[in-house]
Amino acid sequence: MISGNIITDFSLLILFLPLIAFIINIIFGKRLPRQGDWVSIGAILITLILSLSLLMNMLMNWDSDFSHEVVISWIDLGAFKVNLGFWVDNITVVMLVVVSLISSMTHIFSLEYMKGDIRYNRYYAYLGLFTFSMNGIVLANNVMSLYIFWELVGVSSYLLIGHWFEKHSAADASKKAFLTNRVGDIGFFIGIMIMFTAIGSFNFQDLFKGVSEGLVTGSLLTFAGLGLFMGAVGKSSQFPLHIWLPDAMEGPTPVSALMHAATMVAAGVYLTVRLFPLFSPEALTIIAYVGGFTALFAATIAITQNDIKKVLAYSTVSQLGYMILAVGVGNYVAAFFHLLTHAMFKACLFYGSGSVIHSMHHSLHELKDHDTDPQDMRNMGGFKSKMPITHWTMLIATLAISGVPLFSGFLSKDAILAGTLAFAQNYPQHFLLPIFGFGAAAITAFYMFRLIFMTFYGKPKIEKVFKGIHESPKAMTFPLVLLAGLSFFIFYTLPYFNPFSDHGWFTELIKARNSAVPGNPSAEEIYQGVHHAHYTAMALSLLVAALGIGLSYLMYIKEKFSAEAWAKKMGFLYKLSLNKYFFDENYNRFLYQPFLKLSRLVAYIDWDLYDKYFINGFGHVTKFLSKITGRIDYEGLDQTLVDGVGRTTQVFGEKLKQVQTGRLQNYMLFALIGVILILVFQAA
Amino acid sequence: MNHLLSWIIWLPILGMVSIAFVPRDKSEVIKKIAAVFSGLQLLLAIYLWRIFDASNGTFQFMERAEWIPSFNITYILGVDGLSLPMVFLMALIGFIGVFVSWNIDKAVKGYFSLFLLLNTGVMGVFLSLDFFLFYIFWEVMLLPMYFLIGIWGGPQREYAAIKFFLYTLFGSVLMLIAILALYFTCGNTFDMLVLIDTAPTALNGMLWWGMSAIKVIWVLLFIGFAIKVPVFPFHTWLPLAHVEAPTAISVILAGVLLKLGVYGILRVNYNMLPDGVFWFAGALAVLGLINVIWGAMCALAQTDLKKLVAYSSVNHMGYTLIGMAAVIAASEMNGENLISAQAGLGGAVFQMFNHGTISAMLFILVGVIYDRAHHRDIEGFGGLASQMPIYTAFVAIAFFAGLGLPGFSGFISEAMIFIGAFPIFKTVVIISTLGILLNAAYFLWAFQRMFFGPANEKYNDIPEINKRELFTVIPLAVITLVLGVYPRPFLDLIAATLNVLIESVVSYGGLAAAM
Repeated sequence: MISGNIITDFSLLILFLPLIAFIINIIFGKRLPRQGDWVSIGAILITLILSLSLLMNMLMNWDSDFSHEVVISWIDLGAFKVNLGFWVDNITVVMLVVVSLISSMTHIFSLEYMKGDIRYNRYYAYLGLFTFSMNGIVLANNVMSLYIFWELVGVSSYLLIGHWFEKHSAADASKKAFLTNRVGDIGFFIGIMIMFTAIGSFNFQDLFKGVSEGLVTGSLLTFAGLGLFMGAVGKSSQFPLHIWLPDAMEGPTPVSALMHAATMVAAGVYLTVRLFPLFSPEALTIIAYVGGFTALFAATIAITQNDIKKVLAYSTVSQLGYMILAVGVGNYVAAFFHLLTHAMFKACLFYGSGSVIHSMHHSLHELKDHDTDPQDMRNMGGFKSKMPITHWTMLIATLAISGVPLFSGFLSKDAILAGTLAFAQNYPQHFLLPIFGFGAAAITAFYMFRLIFMTFYGKPKIEKVFKGIHESPKAMTFPLVLLAGLSFFIFYTLPYFNPFSDHGWFTELIKARNSAVPGNPSAEEIYQGVHHAHYTAMALSLLVAALGIGLSYLMYIKEKFSAEAWAKKMGFLYKLSLNKYFFDENYNRFLYQPFLKLSRLVAYIDWDLYDKYFINGFGHVTKFLSKITGRIDYEGLDQTLVDGVGRTTQVFGEKLKQVQTGRLQNYMLFALIGVILILVFQAA
Repeated sequence: MNHLLSWIIWLPILGMVSIAFVPRDKSEVIKKIAAVFSGLQLLLAIYLWRIFDASNGTFQFMERAEWIPSFNITYILGVDGLSLPMVFLMALIGFIGVFVSWNIDKAVKGYFSLFLLLNTGVMGVFLSLDFFLFYIFWEVMLLPMYFLIGIWGGPQREYAAIKFFLYTLFGSVLMLIAILALYFTCGNTFDMLVLIDTAPTALNGMLWWGMSAIKVIWVLLFIGFAIKVPVFPFHTWLPLAHVEAPTAISVILAGVLLKLGVYGILRVNYNMLPDGVFWFAGALAVLGLINVIWGAMCALAQTDLKKLVAYSSVNHMGYTLIGMAAVIAASEMNGENLISAQAGLGGAVFQMFNHGTISAMLFILVGVIYDRAHHRDIEGFGGLASQMPIYTAFVAIAFFAGLGLPGFSGFISEAMIFIGAFPIFKTVVIISTLGILLNAAYFLWAFQRMFFGPANEKYNDIPEINKRELFTVIPLAVITLVLGVYPRPFLDLIAATLNVLIESVVSYGGLAAAM
């Protein structure tokens, strides 16, 4: 058993080692031998070992209430105090292992995949930044830290999606990812503000306590919950903010595996799992619908995509929808379980696609063919013989995601579907939720096998390219094998061996908490409901998985139905799906462009109208008035009045000077007249 | 050290005098003298920071000397938690500004003399506690600014300079009227410490032309200061002045001069007319909101990088107004929400400082590319990231700091402002959070257009950012990062003063009912 202090130290190391690797590599990376990749790999492997020792500690403790919290003062203005810190419990530990494991695999996989890249050192540096931020989210004990690391994760995503920024599409995708996430983050922040205003703290435990004491209630609580959930909608790419994740595939494939499949996008789910006790029943219902709808909606897009990574991207969106759905129906432990199993098999699938793309790239490169798309499955086919390891590992992961027994996905998916079914049994008006769930399950099985069949089976589509295909090097196949191994059920049910029950260390150690909101069903009630629905759900999910796989087999292997003919028959629907329901086009047309136009108008008003005419108008009016004043002053006052006096004087002077004759007699005469006049006036 | 504050104010003047004795063709010597004197001033400012007693919220290091006794005009200086960060900021940016100006080759002697004079003017405003002295420094600052833009500026420099001058002068005339009104109504004194005590009650119930005297004086002062901030609709001089001013002057303008407006509102309006705060807080929050959204939308539409950064200042200063308005939360009628008032006001003061460092960084970096490419058209670049990787990294730091990314200090101040203002101005805050999306949009879009995409071959040989330029940017980046990770060194410094200010605003707030 590890003491609290050691847990603190381990957590700090887990958090900061990748950051240190980032700082070293971003500054000195270029000058280090091998561009510093060993610094990053060393740091991440130590992180992995530390996380695994925390996991071992957890398993040895076998305490479902384990909790360890550390707090430091970040801001203290007297009344306004903010404490940051971290909180380690069993969920944290599992999540730390997921992040450091997938991150380690990505580091190793990239050794080959990114070999010779122009910004190799920066790539590794950013991976460190990402791991740091992601672990920050995982360790957070309060919504403020969570938000801080949330945004930092967004930046690392921005930097890595835009790794090949010379391509316009990559630059566009990175910006789109960041901005779409920010939309969600606005809601997140508003949620934080509502909570803080009511409760006066950011700390999770304080928030739970405050809500259970009724400091926030009613619709305000629902709004706060939905605000916080908006953050998850952005990060976990839920409808209607799902648009960024498929574009994010512009980033290097190992990055897609790490961030855009296994960990970062799961952060939204992690957030809802962490904050589950805060959500009001109304908020949870909306969450369930958003998740369920996304699960089905994204699956219908994945069917028609031909780009191997796009299929996986929409599959990720759909699977994240599953998890959100599980949170919405109250079965959030199942959501976290699926997060865990999904991280393994989805990362495996992405590495697999990376392996295929890498091989295609090489083959095309040798042919000097720059036009054929190395990611388009229509250019593949029959790779099974050339890439056996990639094929088998991907197949295992596909079995897992499709919900086939013996594999991890079967257990976690079943838990979610059972929860959904139980929810619909309690609230029959929400019958749509299980339909979303099972529908998506069937479609998932179909399109995942479509991917496998199109890539690895059938006849090679382009012979020349096929000739150059070969299995990837060990650094790439090792993560594949490891993660395919972790797609078997056994790792999640130990110490038990029943492939049809999720009972094991996970269910024993990760226990659901009661909601803090009065009126929500208790964890026990939810558990009982799930328990009852368990076998129905299992039978149904086996049925839909078989349906999906079977249909895919008939269509792509037996070619009983032609995919093209079906596409033609379904014309309109096919086009909708292929074009992702035209979301990008419509957002562009009805949101971005009008707003940009409005901004230009505002800028025009500001600069060319308001400033030029109104503000300068004051200047012009003043100038005009000055001119008038000037004219009055000069022509009126000076020229007319002042000079007028002068002129008058002059005129009088001119006239009067004639009086001055110089003759003495005249002067005497004037004097006499004067004297007489005086006398006359005095007499009068 | 005795007269520490006087030394800080007058050191640049000593530098100016020294420069006067140097022949005009020895430009290296002139630059070095300017650097030495600004450097000494910076050291004194750091020293002041170190020995400042953060637990004391009142004025410290007071100096007092007779000046014009017949009019009760005194030379009073003092520093508190509100002015100290501004003094440090000015000293830092003044020092950095010398190195930013290193390329100046036209009339070097005149340039650096005026540059140092400007420094003294700004320092004087922050440190003087006599209204007359305050006003003198306020005007002293205007003059060098006029010449610095008008002589060393861009193509439209004369137009920009005259506009800046007239606009600001208009504001200072209103301010002068308000100062005289306070002088005559509050016992014939310019002593701000006395006014802070007497003005809140002396003006109570006084009516001028049927209007409350408090409101009249508040509005006069507010317009005077708002022009400096700049608050919408008094903001249009700013983009022009920025675009035309030489880089170092833009840096000082955005980094420090804009803060004079907010500082003035807090020092004068808040301290002397607390009743007016309650009357005006709603309007202040709404004006802040308009600044945020209007500034961001204008920035989004720009194609000139410097103008974009200028409008981003309008946007960022809007947040401070919203935060300042939150002070009224602490009053009795608003439920004595001291948490909210502290977060809002603290956020506003922190935001002033952060905008100082971040916008200075932004303008320096704009200058770097302008010096090389001789244009600032965002569309005219593309792919610079592969041609100037180090420069790109610093622009990325500055842009991310500007868009309020956690880890940079701007995030903390903006978050504090939002959290503080939210309980009282819910609608305003919710709409203004849109600003954080728009911030990100205009910065990232500009970043993409300039640095991403295929490299523009025209700039294949463009020289990378040099050591001198790095020397000007790195300190600012470090401060932004350090305070972004751990803000307590800054916030602890201002906490006591904030509480004094909140207390003084709130304790008179009860009188507001009488208005």
